[in-house]
Amino acid sequence: MRVRALRVLRGKILPFSIPSTVDDELNELYQDIILDHHRRPRNRGQLPAPPASFAEGFNPLCGDQLTVFVNVDGDKISDIKFTGQGCAISQSSASLMTQQVKGKTVAEARAAIAAIQELLTGENLPPIAVQESLGDLIALKGVRKFVARVKCATLAWHALDAALAGHGKVSTE
Amino acid sequence: MPPPAASTAPAFDVAAVREDFPILATRVGTHPLIYLDNAASAQKPRAVIDAVSEYYAARHANIHRGVHYLSAEATDAYDQARVTVAKFLNAAEPRECIFVRGATEGINLVASSWGRANLRAGDEILLTTLEHHANIVPWQLAAEAAGAKIKVIPVNDRGELILDNLDALLTPRVKLLAITHVSNALGTIVPVREIIRRAHAVGAVVLVDGAQSVPHLRIDVRDLDCDFFAFSGHKLFGPTGIGVLYGKAALLEKLPPYQSGGDMIERVTFEKTTFRGLPERFEAGTPDISGAIGLAAAIRYLDKLGHDALAAHERCLLDHATTAVRAIPGVRLVGEAADKVGVLSFVMDDVHPHDIGTILDSEGIAIRAGHHCAQPLMQRLGITGTARASFAFYNTIEEADRLAAALLKVKKMFG
Repeated sequence: MRVRALRVLRGKILPFSIPSTVDDELNELYQDIILDHHRRPRNRGQLPAPPASFAEGFNPLCGDQLTVFVNVDGDKISDIKFTGQGCAISQSSASLMTQQVKGKTVAEARAAIAAIQELLTGENLPPIAVQESLGDLIALKGVRKFVARVKCATLAWHALDAALAGHGKVSTE
Repeated sequence: MPPPAASTAPAFDVAAVREDFPILATRVGTHPLIYLDNAASAQKPRAVIDAVSEYYAARHANIHRGVHYLSAEATDAYDQARVTVAKFLNAAEPRECIFVRGATEGINLVASSWGRANLRAGDEILLTTLEHHANIVPWQLAAEAAGAKIKVIPVNDRGELILDNLDALLTPRVKLLAITHVSNALGTIVPVREIIRRAHAVGAVVLVDGAQSVPHLRIDVRDLDCDFFAFSGHKLFGPTGIGVLYGKAALLEKLPPYQSGGDMIERVTFEKTTFRGLPERFEAGTPDISGAIGLAAAIRYLDKLGHDALAAHERCLLDHATTAVRAIPGVRLVGEAADKVGVLSFVMDDVHPHDIGTILDSEGIAIRAGHHCAQPLMQRLGITGTARASFAFYNTIEEADRLAAALLKVKKMFG
Protein backbone atom coordinates (compact mmCIF):
# COMPACT_ATOMS: atom_id res chain seq x y z
CA MET A 1 0.00 0.00 0.00
CA ARG A 2 2.93 2.26 0.72
CA VAL A 3 4.02 2.08 -2.88
CA ARG A 4 0.64 3.07 -4.23
CA ALA A 5 0.43 5.99 -1.86
CA LEU A 6 3.79 7.16 -3.12
CA ARG A 7 2.59 6.94 -6.68
CA VAL A 8 -0.40 9.14 -5.98
CA LEU A 9 1.83 11.63 -4.24
CA ARG A 10 4.28 11.71 -7.09
CA GLY A 11 1.43 12.09 -9.55
CA LYS A 12 0.30 15.21 -7.69
CA ILE A 13 3.66 16.82 -7.51
CA LEU A 14 4.67 15.98 -11.03
CA PRO A 15 1.51 15.72 -13.13
CA PHE A 16 3.59 15.19 -16.29
CA SER A 17 5.93 12.75 -14.71
CA ILE A 18 5.96 10.15 -17.47
CA PRO A 19 9.46 8.94 -16.54
CA SER A 20 8.28 7.19 -13.40
CA THR A 21 5.15 5.61 -14.87
CA VAL A 22 6.61 2.29 -15.96
CA ASP A 23 8.43 1.79 -12.68
CA ASP A 24 5.33 2.81 -10.76
CA GLU A 25 3.30 0.22 -12.59
CA LEU A 26 6.00 -2.33 -11.94
CA ASN A 27 6.06 -1.46 -8.24
CA GLU A 28 2.30 -1.77 -8.12
CA LEU A 29 2.50 -5.18 -9.78
CA TYR A 30 5.20 -6.48 -7.48
CA GLN A 31 4.07 -4.72 -4.34
CA ASP A 32 5.24 -5.93 -0.96
CA ILE A 33 2.18 -8.03 -0.21
CA ILE A 34 2.55 -9.93 -3.50
CA LEU A 35 6.24 -10.56 -2.92
CA ASP A 36 5.50 -11.60 0.66
CA HIS A 37 2.96 -14.22 -0.45
CA HIS A 38 5.42 -15.34 -3.11
CA ARG A 39 8.16 -15.86 -0.52
CA ARG A 40 5.90 -17.29 2.17
CA PRO A 41 2.88 -18.85 0.49
CA ARG A 42 -0.06 -19.46 2.85
CA ASN A 43 -2.04 -22.70 2.81
CA ARG A 44 0.42 -24.48 0.60
CA GLY A 45 -0.09 -28.24 0.46
CA GLN A 46 -2.69 -30.88 -0.29
CA LEU A 47 -5.93 -32.02 1.33
CA PRO A 48 -6.91 -35.67 1.18
CA ALA A 49 -9.37 -36.18 -1.64
CA PRO A 50 -11.99 -37.31 -1.03
CA PRO A 51 -13.43 -35.73 1.03
CA ALA A 52 -11.75 -32.67 -0.54
CA SER A 53 -12.60 -31.80 -4.10
CA PHE A 54 -9.82 -30.41 -6.23
CA ALA A 55 -9.11 -28.98 -9.64
CA GLU A 56 -5.98 -28.34 -11.61
CA GLY A 57 -5.35 -25.08 -13.40
CA PHE A 58 -2.83 -25.13 -16.19
CA ASN A 59 -1.60 -22.58 -18.64
CA PRO A 60 -0.07 -24.44 -21.57
CA LEU A 61 1.57 -21.30 -22.96
CA CYS A 62 3.66 -20.44 -19.93
CA GLY A 63 3.56 -23.70 -17.99
CA ASP A 64 2.08 -22.23 -14.80
CA GLN A 65 0.34 -25.01 -12.93
CA LEU A 66 -1.80 -25.02 -9.78
CA THR A 67 -3.98 -27.53 -7.99
CA VAL A 68 -6.57 -26.18 -5.58
CA PHE A 69 -8.09 -28.44 -2.90
CA VAL A 70 -11.25 -27.44 -1.04
CA ASN A 71 -13.22 -28.99 1.80
CA VAL A 72 -16.82 -27.83 1.85
CA ASP A 73 -18.85 -28.41 5.04
CA GLY A 74 -22.46 -27.57 4.39
CA ASP A 75 -22.15 -24.28 2.53
CA LYS A 76 -18.86 -23.32 4.14
CA ILE A 77 -15.30 -23.71 2.84
CA SER A 78 -13.79 -25.28 5.95
CA ASP A 79 -10.33 -25.72 4.46
CA ILE A 80 -8.44 -24.88 1.29
CA LYS A 81 -4.90 -25.58 0.11
CA PHE A 82 -2.95 -25.34 -3.11
CA THR A 83 0.12 -26.85 -4.75
CA GLY A 84 1.88 -25.98 -7.97
CA GLN A 85 4.58 -23.92 -9.54
CA GLY A 86 4.79 -20.80 -11.60
CA CYS A 87 5.54 -17.11 -11.50
CA ALA A 88 5.23 -14.81 -8.49
CA ILE A 89 1.88 -13.53 -9.70
CA SER A 90 0.23 -16.92 -10.11
CA GLN A 91 1.56 -18.26 -6.82
CA SER A 92 0.80 -15.13 -4.79
CA SER A 93 -2.67 -14.94 -6.25
CA ALA A 94 -3.31 -18.53 -5.15
CA SER A 95 -1.93 -17.85 -1.68
CA LEU A 96 -4.00 -14.65 -1.27
CA MET A 97 -7.05 -16.49 -2.54
CA THR A 98 -6.82 -19.29 0.00
CA GLN A 99 -6.45 -16.76 2.79
CA GLN A 100 -9.46 -14.83 1.55
CA VAL A 101 -11.99 -17.64 1.04
CA LYS A 102 -11.08 -19.95 3.91
CA GLY A 103 -14.02 -20.04 6.31
CA LYS A 104 -16.28 -18.23 3.84
CA THR A 105 -19.42 -19.65 2.26
CA VAL A 106 -19.39 -21.04 -1.26
CA ALA A 107 -21.56 -18.12 -2.33
CA GLU A 108 -19.06 -15.65 -0.87
CA ALA A 109 -16.20 -17.45 -2.64
CA ARG A 110 -18.07 -17.28 -5.94
CA ALA A 111 -18.66 -13.58 -5.38
CA ALA A 112 -14.92 -13.13 -4.79
CA ILE A 113 -14.16 -15.03 -8.01
CA ALA A 114 -16.45 -12.68 -9.93
CA ALA A 115 -14.98 -9.62 -8.24
CA ILE A 116 -11.41 -10.67 -9.06
CA GLN A 117 -12.39 -11.30 -12.66
CA GLU A 118 -13.84 -7.80 -12.82
CA LEU A 119 -10.83 -6.29 -11.05
CA LEU A 120 -8.39 -7.87 -13.48
CA THR A 121 -10.23 -7.86 -16.78
CA GLY A 122 -13.15 -5.41 -16.42
CA GLU A 123 -13.14 -2.36 -18.63
CA ASN A 124 -13.38 -0.23 -15.51
CA LEU A 125 -12.36 -0.93 -11.96
CA PRO A 126 -15.16 -2.40 -9.84
CA PRO A 127 -17.10 0.03 -7.59
CA ILE A 128 -15.24 1.16 -4.47
CA ALA A 129 -17.50 -0.96 -2.26
CA VAL A 130 -16.51 -4.08 -4.19
CA GLN A 131 -12.83 -3.08 -4.09
CA GLU A 132 -13.02 -2.63 -0.34
CA SER A 133 -14.64 -6.04 0.07
CA LEU A 134 -11.56 -7.59 -1.51
CA GLY A 135 -9.27 -6.85 1.43
CA ASP A 136 -5.69 -7.89 0.69
CA LEU A 137 -6.75 -9.13 -2.73
CA ILE A 138 -6.79 -5.56 -3.94
CA ALA A 139 -3.02 -6.01 -4.19
CA LEU A 140 -3.71 -7.86 -7.44
CA LYS A 141 -5.03 -4.66 -9.00
CA GLY A 142 -1.62 -3.84 -10.43
CA VAL A 143 -1.86 -6.85 -12.74
CA ARG A 144 -4.50 -4.99 -14.82
CA LYS A 145 -1.78 -2.97 -16.51
CA PHE A 146 0.11 -6.07 -17.62
CA VAL A 147 -2.18 -7.72 -20.11
CA ALA A 148 0.21 -10.65 -20.64
CA ARG A 149 0.15 -11.41 -16.92
CA VAL A 150 -3.61 -11.32 -16.23
CA LYS A 151 -3.90 -15.03 -16.95
CA CYS A 152 -1.24 -15.70 -14.30
CA ALA A 153 -3.37 -13.98 -11.66
CA THR A 154 -6.65 -15.59 -12.69
CA LEU A 155 -5.36 -19.16 -12.86
CA ALA A 156 -5.95 -19.99 -9.18
CA TRP A 157 -9.43 -18.50 -9.33
CA HIS A 158 -10.41 -20.56 -12.34
CA ALA A 159 -9.13 -23.63 -10.50
CA LEU A 160 -11.16 -22.73 -7.40
CA ASP A 161 -14.24 -22.20 -9.52
CA ALA A 162 -13.72 -25.62 -11.13
CA ALA A 163 -13.08 -27.32 -7.79
CA LEU A 164 -16.31 -25.87 -6.35
CA ALA A 165 -18.20 -26.97 -9.45
CA GLY A 166 -16.63 -30.44 -9.33
CA HIS A 167 -14.72 -30.09 -12.62
CA GLY A 168 -11.24 -31.56 -12.47
CA LYS A 169 -9.27 -29.42 -14.87
CA VAL A 170 -9.19 -25.95 -16.32
CA SER A 171 -6.87 -24.33 -18.77
CA THR A 172 -6.21 -20.64 -19.33
CA GLU A 173 -4.37 -19.04 -22.21
CA MET B 1 38.54 -17.34 -23.61
CA PRO B 2 39.89 -13.83 -23.00
CA PRO B 3 37.27 -11.24 -22.05
CA PRO B 4 36.15 -9.45 -25.20
CA ALA B 5 37.15 -5.87 -25.82
CA ALA B 6 34.42 -3.27 -25.81
CA SER B 7 34.68 -2.82 -29.54
CA THR B 8 33.95 -5.16 -32.41
CA ALA B 9 35.92 -6.00 -35.51
CA PRO B 10 36.73 -2.76 -37.34
CA ALA B 11 35.06 -4.01 -40.51
CA PHE B 12 31.68 -4.01 -38.80
CA ASP B 13 29.95 -0.73 -37.97
CA VAL B 14 27.04 -1.70 -35.73
CA ALA B 15 25.74 1.87 -35.45
CA ALA B 16 25.47 2.09 -39.23
CA VAL B 17 23.79 -1.31 -39.45
CA ARG B 18 21.23 -0.30 -36.81
CA GLU B 19 20.17 2.54 -39.10
CA ASP B 20 18.99 -0.10 -41.56
CA PHE B 21 16.38 -1.37 -39.07
CA PRO B 22 13.67 1.24 -38.51
CA ILE B 23 12.10 -0.63 -35.58
CA LEU B 24 15.28 -0.38 -33.52
CA ALA B 25 14.47 3.31 -32.98
CA THR B 26 11.42 2.27 -30.94
CA ARG B 27 11.15 3.55 -27.38
CA VAL B 28 9.48 1.47 -24.71
CA GLY B 29 8.17 4.05 -22.28
CA THR B 30 11.20 6.18 -21.67
CA HIS B 31 13.71 3.48 -22.56
CA PRO B 32 15.21 2.75 -25.93
CA LEU B 33 14.13 -0.68 -27.11
CA ILE B 34 16.72 -3.39 -26.50
CA TYR B 35 15.57 -6.25 -28.66
CA LEU B 36 16.97 -9.55 -27.41
CA ASP B 37 14.25 -11.87 -28.68
CA ASN B 38 15.84 -12.54 -32.02
CA ALA B 39 15.60 -16.31 -31.75
CA ALA B 40 11.82 -15.93 -31.66
CA SER B 41 11.74 -13.54 -34.60
CA ALA B 42 14.32 -11.18 -36.05
CA GLN B 43 13.64 -7.57 -37.06
CA LYS B 44 13.52 -6.45 -40.68
CA PRO B 45 15.95 -4.18 -42.50
CA ARG B 46 14.61 -1.40 -44.69
CA ALA B 47 15.76 -3.44 -47.72
CA VAL B 48 13.18 -6.14 -46.89
CA ILE B 49 10.39 -3.72 -46.05
CA ASP B 50 11.04 -1.82 -49.28
CA ALA B 51 11.21 -4.96 -51.42
CA VAL B 52 7.81 -6.14 -50.17
CA SER B 53 6.31 -2.69 -50.52
CA GLU B 54 7.77 -2.16 -54.00
CA TYR B 55 6.41 -5.51 -55.10
CA TYR B 56 2.88 -4.61 -54.05
CA ALA B 57 3.19 -1.08 -55.41
CA ALA B 58 4.57 -1.99 -58.82
CA ARG B 59 4.69 -5.68 -59.66
CA HIS B 60 1.88 -7.64 -58.05
CA ALA B 61 -0.29 -10.11 -59.94
CA ASN B 62 -0.84 -13.84 -59.65
CA ILE B 63 2.04 -15.90 -60.91
CA HIS B 64 2.49 -18.61 -63.52
CA ARG B 65 -0.90 -18.38 -65.18
CA GLY B 66 -1.22 -14.85 -66.43
CA VAL B 67 -0.43 -13.86 -70.00
CA HIS B 68 -0.04 -10.23 -69.08
CA TYR B 69 2.80 -7.92 -68.13
CA LEU B 70 2.32 -7.87 -64.36
CA SER B 71 1.95 -11.63 -64.08
CA ALA B 72 5.22 -12.04 -65.94
CA GLU B 73 6.89 -9.52 -63.59
CA ALA B 74 5.59 -11.28 -60.47
CA THR B 75 6.49 -14.71 -61.82
CA ASP B 76 9.99 -13.54 -62.61
CA ALA B 77 10.47 -12.01 -59.15
CA TYR B 78 9.15 -15.16 -57.45
CA ASP B 79 11.38 -17.45 -59.53
CA GLN B 80 14.38 -15.22 -58.92
CA ALA B 81 13.72 -15.41 -55.18
CA ARG B 82 14.01 -19.18 -55.42
CA VAL B 83 17.33 -18.84 -57.24
CA THR B 84 18.57 -16.56 -54.45
CA VAL B 85 17.50 -19.06 -51.78
CA ALA B 86 19.13 -21.96 -53.65
CA LYS B 87 22.39 -20.06 -53.81
CA PHE B 88 22.12 -19.17 -50.12
CA LEU B 89 21.80 -22.85 -49.20
CA ASN B 90 24.19 -23.97 -51.94
CA ALA B 91 21.49 -26.30 -53.25
CA ALA B 92 22.32 -28.04 -56.52
CA GLU B 93 19.20 -26.66 -58.22
CA PRO B 94 16.54 -24.04 -57.40
CA ARG B 95 13.75 -26.62 -57.83
CA GLU B 96 15.06 -28.32 -54.68
CA CYS B 97 13.86 -25.31 -52.67
CA ILE B 98 10.15 -25.43 -51.89
CA PHE B 99 8.53 -22.28 -50.54
CA VAL B 100 6.49 -23.06 -47.44
CA ARG B 101 5.10 -20.98 -44.56
CA GLY B 102 8.03 -21.68 -42.30
CA ALA B 103 10.20 -24.40 -40.79
CA THR B 104 7.14 -25.89 -39.09
CA GLU B 105 5.32 -26.38 -42.37
CA GLY B 106 8.47 -27.71 -44.02
CA ILE B 107 8.84 -30.37 -41.33
CA ASN B 108 5.15 -31.21 -41.49
CA LEU B 109 5.43 -31.61 -45.25
CA VAL B 110 8.19 -34.20 -44.89
CA ALA B 111 6.60 -35.96 -41.91
CA SER B 112 3.33 -36.23 -43.76
CA SER B 113 4.43 -36.98 -47.34
CA TRP B 114 7.65 -38.84 -46.75
CA GLY B 115 6.20 -40.53 -43.67
CA ARG B 116 3.12 -41.75 -45.51
CA ALA B 117 5.20 -43.19 -48.35
CA ASN B 118 8.04 -44.68 -46.33
CA LEU B 119 7.21 -45.42 -42.70
CA ARG B 120 6.11 -48.91 -41.77
CA ALA B 121 5.25 -50.67 -38.51
CA GLY B 122 8.39 -51.36 -36.50
CA ASP B 123 10.41 -48.57 -38.14
CA GLU B 124 12.20 -46.08 -35.94
CA ILE B 125 12.48 -42.30 -36.10
CA LEU B 126 15.44 -40.78 -34.29
CA LEU B 127 15.12 -37.33 -32.70
CA THR B 128 17.20 -35.46 -30.11
CA THR B 129 16.35 -34.04 -26.69
CA LEU B 130 17.20 -30.57 -28.03
CA GLU B 131 14.29 -30.46 -30.48
CA HIS B 132 11.66 -27.75 -30.67
CA HIS B 133 8.12 -29.13 -30.49
CA ALA B 134 7.85 -28.45 -34.23
CA ASN B 135 10.45 -31.16 -34.82
CA ILE B 136 8.84 -33.60 -32.39
CA VAL B 137 5.08 -33.53 -32.76
CA PRO B 138 4.88 -34.01 -36.58
CA TRP B 139 7.03 -37.14 -36.16
CA GLN B 140 4.87 -38.43 -33.32
CA LEU B 141 1.82 -38.14 -35.57
CA ALA B 142 3.65 -39.84 -38.46
CA ALA B 143 4.94 -42.58 -36.16
CA GLU B 144 1.48 -43.15 -34.72
CA ALA B 145 -0.04 -43.45 -38.19
CA ALA B 146 2.57 -45.99 -39.29
CA GLY B 147 3.10 -47.89 -36.05
CA ALA B 148 6.69 -46.64 -35.95
CA LYS B 149 8.68 -45.82 -32.84
CA ILE B 150 10.40 -42.62 -31.68
CA LYS B 151 13.90 -42.77 -30.18
CA VAL B 152 15.90 -39.87 -28.80
CA ILE B 153 19.58 -38.87 -28.77
CA PRO B 154 20.19 -37.58 -25.20
CA VAL B 155 21.92 -34.39 -24.04
CA ASN B 156 24.37 -33.74 -21.23
CA ASP B 157 24.01 -31.07 -18.53
CA ARG B 158 25.80 -28.54 -20.73
CA GLY B 159 23.17 -28.94 -23.42
CA GLU B 160 25.35 -30.87 -25.85
CA LEU B 161 24.23 -34.04 -27.57
CA ILE B 162 25.72 -37.23 -26.12
CA LEU B 163 26.98 -39.07 -29.17
CA ASP B 164 28.83 -41.92 -27.42
CA ASN B 165 25.94 -44.29 -27.98
CA LEU B 166 24.90 -43.00 -31.37
CA ASP B 167 25.90 -46.21 -33.13
CA ALA B 168 23.68 -48.21 -30.78
CA LEU B 169 20.77 -45.87 -31.52
CA LEU B 170 21.38 -45.96 -35.27
CA THR B 171 20.01 -49.41 -35.96
CA PRO B 172 18.97 -50.39 -39.48
CA ARG B 173 15.38 -49.85 -38.29
CA VAL B 174 16.01 -46.10 -38.13
CA LYS B 175 14.43 -44.77 -41.30
CA LEU B 176 14.74 -41.11 -40.47
CA LEU B 177 16.74 -38.78 -38.28
CA ALA B 178 15.20 -35.36 -37.59
CA ILE B 179 17.72 -33.12 -35.89
CA THR B 180 18.11 -29.48 -35.07
CA HIS B 181 21.15 -27.62 -36.37
CA VAL B 182 21.09 -25.15 -33.46
CA SER B 183 19.06 -25.46 -30.25
CA ASN B 184 16.47 -22.69 -30.02
CA ALA B 185 16.38 -22.84 -26.22
CA LEU B 186 20.12 -23.02 -25.47
CA GLY B 187 21.96 -21.99 -28.62
CA THR B 188 23.96 -25.23 -28.84
CA ILE B 189 25.44 -25.81 -32.30
CA VAL B 190 24.96 -29.46 -33.17
CA PRO B 191 27.69 -31.19 -35.21
CA VAL B 192 25.13 -32.30 -37.78
CA ARG B 193 27.58 -32.99 -40.60
CA GLU B 194 29.22 -35.85 -38.74
CA ILE B 195 25.91 -37.17 -37.41
CA ILE B 196 24.39 -37.12 -40.91
CA ARG B 197 27.33 -39.15 -42.23
CA ARG B 198 26.75 -41.78 -39.57
CA ALA B 199 22.98 -41.82 -40.12
CA HIS B 200 23.47 -42.29 -43.85
CA ALA B 201 25.71 -45.26 -43.11
CA VAL B 202 22.64 -47.14 -41.84
CA GLY B 203 20.48 -45.88 -44.67
CA ALA B 204 18.49 -43.29 -42.69
CA VAL B 205 17.14 -40.15 -44.33
CA VAL B 206 18.06 -36.96 -42.44
CA LEU B 207 16.02 -33.79 -41.98
CA VAL B 208 17.80 -30.80 -40.45
CA ASP B 209 15.76 -28.14 -38.65
CA GLY B 210 17.68 -25.03 -39.64
CA ALA B 211 15.33 -22.46 -38.11
CA GLN B 212 17.96 -21.29 -35.61
CA SER B 213 21.09 -21.90 -37.66
CA VAL B 214 20.36 -19.86 -40.80
CA PRO B 215 20.62 -16.49 -38.99
CA HIS B 216 24.06 -17.37 -37.60
CA LEU B 217 25.89 -20.04 -39.58
CA ARG B 218 26.97 -20.34 -43.19
CA ILE B 219 24.76 -23.05 -44.66
CA ASP B 220 25.87 -25.50 -47.31
CA VAL B 221 23.31 -28.27 -47.71
CA ARG B 222 25.54 -30.19 -50.11
CA ASP B 223 28.46 -30.12 -47.73
CA LEU B 224 26.19 -31.19 -44.85
CA ASP B 225 24.73 -33.81 -47.21
CA CYS B 226 21.36 -33.52 -45.44
CA ASP B 227 18.36 -34.88 -47.30
CA PHE B 228 15.98 -32.17 -46.11
CA PHE B 229 16.63 -28.77 -44.53
CA ALA B 230 13.86 -26.48 -43.27
CA PHE B 231 13.99 -22.85 -42.17
CA SER B 232 11.76 -19.82 -41.58
CA GLY B 233 12.20 -16.49 -43.33
CA HIS B 234 11.20 -14.35 -40.35
CA LYS B 235 14.13 -15.56 -38.24
CA LEU B 236 16.43 -14.61 -41.12
CA PHE B 237 15.35 -10.93 -41.07
CA GLY B 238 12.73 -11.67 -43.75
CA PRO B 239 8.93 -11.55 -43.63
CA THR B 240 6.71 -13.84 -41.54
CA GLY B 241 4.70 -16.47 -43.39
CA ILE B 242 7.49 -17.59 -45.72
CA GLY B 243 10.01 -20.35 -45.26
CA VAL B 244 11.89 -22.92 -47.26
CA LEU B 245 12.06 -26.66 -47.36
CA TYR B 246 15.13 -27.85 -49.19
CA GLY B 247 15.11 -31.47 -50.33
CA LYS B 248 17.39 -33.45 -52.57
CA ALA B 249 15.69 -33.60 -55.97
CA ALA B 250 15.88 -37.39 -56.12
CA LEU B 251 13.95 -37.64 -52.84
CA LEU B 252 11.43 -34.87 -53.49
CA GLU B 253 10.56 -36.37 -56.88
CA LYS B 254 9.44 -39.56 -55.18
CA LEU B 255 7.28 -37.89 -52.53
CA PRO B 256 3.50 -37.83 -52.83
CA PRO B 257 1.94 -34.34 -52.77
CA TYR B 258 1.38 -32.68 -49.39
CA GLN B 259 -1.40 -30.24 -50.12
CA SER B 260 -3.26 -30.26 -53.41
CA GLY B 261 -5.06 -27.68 -55.46
CA GLY B 262 -4.19 -25.13 -58.11
CA ASP B 263 -0.68 -24.57 -59.47
CA MET B 264 0.55 -28.02 -58.46
CA ILE B 265 -1.36 -30.01 -61.07
CA GLU B 266 -0.59 -30.98 -64.62
CA ARG B 267 -3.98 -32.19 -65.77
CA VAL B 268 -7.22 -32.67 -63.84
CA THR B 269 -10.21 -34.78 -64.75
CA PHE B 270 -12.74 -36.17 -62.31
CA GLU B 271 -11.23 -39.60 -62.89
CA LYS B 272 -7.58 -38.77 -62.36
CA THR B 273 -5.15 -35.94 -61.75
CA THR B 274 -1.50 -35.82 -62.66
CA PHE B 275 0.89 -33.56 -60.81
CA ARG B 276 3.56 -31.14 -61.88
CA GLY B 277 7.21 -31.61 -61.18
CA LEU B 278 9.39 -29.78 -58.70
CA PRO B 279 8.99 -27.38 -57.08
CA GLU B 280 5.37 -26.62 -58.08
CA ARG B 281 4.10 -30.00 -56.99
CA PHE B 282 4.57 -28.92 -53.36
CA GLU B 283 3.28 -25.39 -53.76
CA ALA B 284 -0.48 -25.77 -54.07
CA GLY B 285 -2.45 -22.56 -54.36
CA THR B 286 -1.20 -19.01 -54.77
CA PRO B 287 2.01 -18.85 -52.76
CA ASP B 288 3.32 -16.06 -50.55
CA ILE B 289 4.87 -14.17 -53.48
CA SER B 290 5.73 -11.04 -51.52
CA GLY B 291 7.15 -13.17 -48.73
CA ALA B 292 9.50 -14.95 -51.12
CA ILE B 293 10.59 -11.61 -52.56
CA GLY B 294 11.15 -10.22 -49.06
CA LEU B 295 13.13 -13.29 -48.05
CA ALA B 296 15.36 -12.93 -51.10
CA ALA B 297 15.91 -9.28 -50.18
CA ALA B 298 16.94 -10.34 -46.67
CA ILE B 299 19.45 -12.82 -48.07
CA ARG B 300 20.92 -10.19 -50.40
CA TYR B 301 21.15 -7.76 -47.50
CA LEU B 302 23.02 -10.28 -45.35
CA ASP B 303 25.31 -11.12 -48.26
CA LYS B 304 26.22 -7.48 -48.57
CA LEU B 305 27.16 -7.22 -44.89
CA GLY B 306 29.28 -10.33 -45.16
CA HIS B 307 28.89 -13.42 -43.03
CA ASP B 308 32.29 -13.30 -41.34
CA ALA B 309 31.88 -9.76 -40.02
CA LEU B 310 28.46 -10.60 -38.59
CA ALA B 311 29.69 -13.83 -37.03
CA ALA B 312 32.66 -12.07 -35.40
CA HIS B 313 30.41 -9.39 -33.89
CA GLU B 314 27.91 -11.97 -32.63
CA ARG B 315 30.72 -13.97 -31.04
CA CYS B 316 31.87 -10.83 -29.28
CA LEU B 317 28.32 -10.11 -28.02
CA LEU B 318 27.82 -13.63 -26.73
CA ASP B 319 31.14 -13.70 -24.90
CA HIS B 320 30.54 -10.30 -23.35
CA ALA B 321 26.96 -11.09 -22.29
CA THR B 322 27.94 -14.50 -20.94
CA THR B 323 30.64 -12.98 -18.75
CA ALA B 324 28.38 -10.17 -17.53
CA VAL B 325 25.35 -12.33 -16.75
CA ARG B 326 27.34 -15.14 -15.19
CA ALA B 327 28.89 -12.64 -12.76
CA ILE B 328 25.49 -11.88 -11.17
CA PRO B 329 25.05 -13.87 -7.95
CA GLY B 330 22.02 -16.14 -8.02
CA VAL B 331 21.97 -16.36 -11.81
CA ARG B 332 22.72 -19.70 -13.42
CA LEU B 333 23.32 -20.08 -17.14
CA VAL B 334 21.46 -22.95 -18.76
CA GLY B 335 23.25 -24.47 -21.73
CA GLU B 336 26.98 -23.96 -21.78
CA ALA B 337 27.92 -25.93 -24.85
CA ALA B 338 31.42 -25.39 -26.17
CA ASP B 339 29.96 -24.44 -29.53
CA LYS B 340 27.10 -21.93 -29.33
CA VAL B 341 25.35 -19.15 -31.22
CA GLY B 342 24.25 -15.92 -29.53
CA VAL B 343 21.62 -17.37 -27.21
CA LEU B 344 21.86 -16.87 -23.46
CA SER B 345 19.41 -18.94 -21.43
CA PHE B 346 19.43 -18.56 -17.67
CA VAL B 347 17.49 -19.02 -14.47
CA MET B 348 17.56 -16.95 -11.31
CA ASP B 349 17.19 -18.14 -7.72
CA ASP B 350 13.60 -17.69 -6.50
CA VAL B 351 12.52 -15.62 -9.51
CA HIS B 352 10.37 -17.18 -12.21
CA PRO B 353 11.41 -16.46 -15.82
CA HIS B 354 8.11 -14.66 -16.51
CA ASP B 355 8.73 -12.25 -13.67
CA ILE B 356 12.22 -11.62 -15.04
CA GLY B 357 10.65 -10.95 -18.45
CA THR B 358 8.14 -8.46 -17.07
CA ILE B 359 10.77 -6.54 -15.11
CA LEU B 360 13.18 -6.44 -18.07
CA ASP B 361 10.35 -5.15 -20.23
CA SER B 362 9.98 -2.22 -17.87
CA GLU B 363 13.58 -1.37 -18.86
CA GLY B 364 12.72 -1.69 -22.55
CA ILE B 365 14.46 -5.05 -22.83
CA ALA B 366 12.65 -7.73 -24.82
CA ILE B 367 13.52 -11.32 -23.95
CA ARG B 368 11.68 -14.64 -24.04
CA ALA B 369 10.63 -16.51 -20.92
CA GLY B 370 9.27 -20.02 -20.59
CA HIS B 371 9.86 -23.45 -22.02
CA HIS B 372 10.67 -22.19 -25.53
CA CYS B 373 8.55 -24.95 -27.08
CA ALA B 374 11.14 -27.45 -25.86
CA GLN B 375 9.41 -29.11 -22.90
CA PRO B 376 11.29 -32.43 -23.18
CA LEU B 377 14.59 -30.51 -22.98
CA MET B 378 13.38 -28.51 -19.96
CA GLN B 379 12.33 -31.76 -18.24
CA ARG B 380 15.74 -33.25 -18.94
CA LEU B 381 17.43 -30.21 -17.42
CA GLY B 382 15.10 -30.35 -14.41
CA ILE B 383 13.58 -26.90 -14.91
CA THR B 384 10.21 -25.60 -16.07
CA GLY B 385 11.65 -22.84 -18.20
CA THR B 386 14.34 -20.24 -18.63
CA ALA B 387 14.72 -16.58 -19.43
CA ARG B 388 16.35 -16.36 -22.84
CA ALA B 389 18.20 -13.41 -24.33
CA SER B 390 19.03 -14.01 -27.99
CA PHE B 391 21.28 -11.73 -29.96
CA ALA B 392 21.46 -10.56 -33.55
CA PHE B 393 24.26 -8.68 -35.29
CA TYR B 394 22.47 -5.36 -34.71
CA ASN B 395 22.76 -5.71 -30.93
CA THR B 396 25.51 -3.85 -29.12
CA ILE B 397 27.88 -4.46 -26.26
CA GLU B 398 26.13 -1.66 -24.39
CA GLU B 399 22.84 -3.52 -24.73
CA ALA B 400 24.42 -6.63 -23.24
CA ASP B 401 25.58 -4.49 -20.31
CA ARG B 402 22.08 -3.04 -19.93
CA LEU B 403 20.73 -6.57 -19.75
CA ALA B 404 23.08 -7.38 -16.90
CA ALA B 405 22.19 -4.14 -15.11
CA ALA B 406 18.47 -4.89 -15.45
CA LEU B 407 19.01 -8.34 -13.97
CA LEU B 408 20.46 -6.64 -10.91
CA LYS B 409 17.22 -4.67 -10.70
CA VAL B 410 15.27 -7.95 -10.77
CA LYS B 411 17.44 -9.26 -7.96
CA LYS B 412 16.91 -6.14 -5.92
CA MET B 413 13.16 -6.26 -6.40
CA PHE B 414 12.84 -9.88 -5.39
CA GLY B 415 15.77 -9.70 -2.95
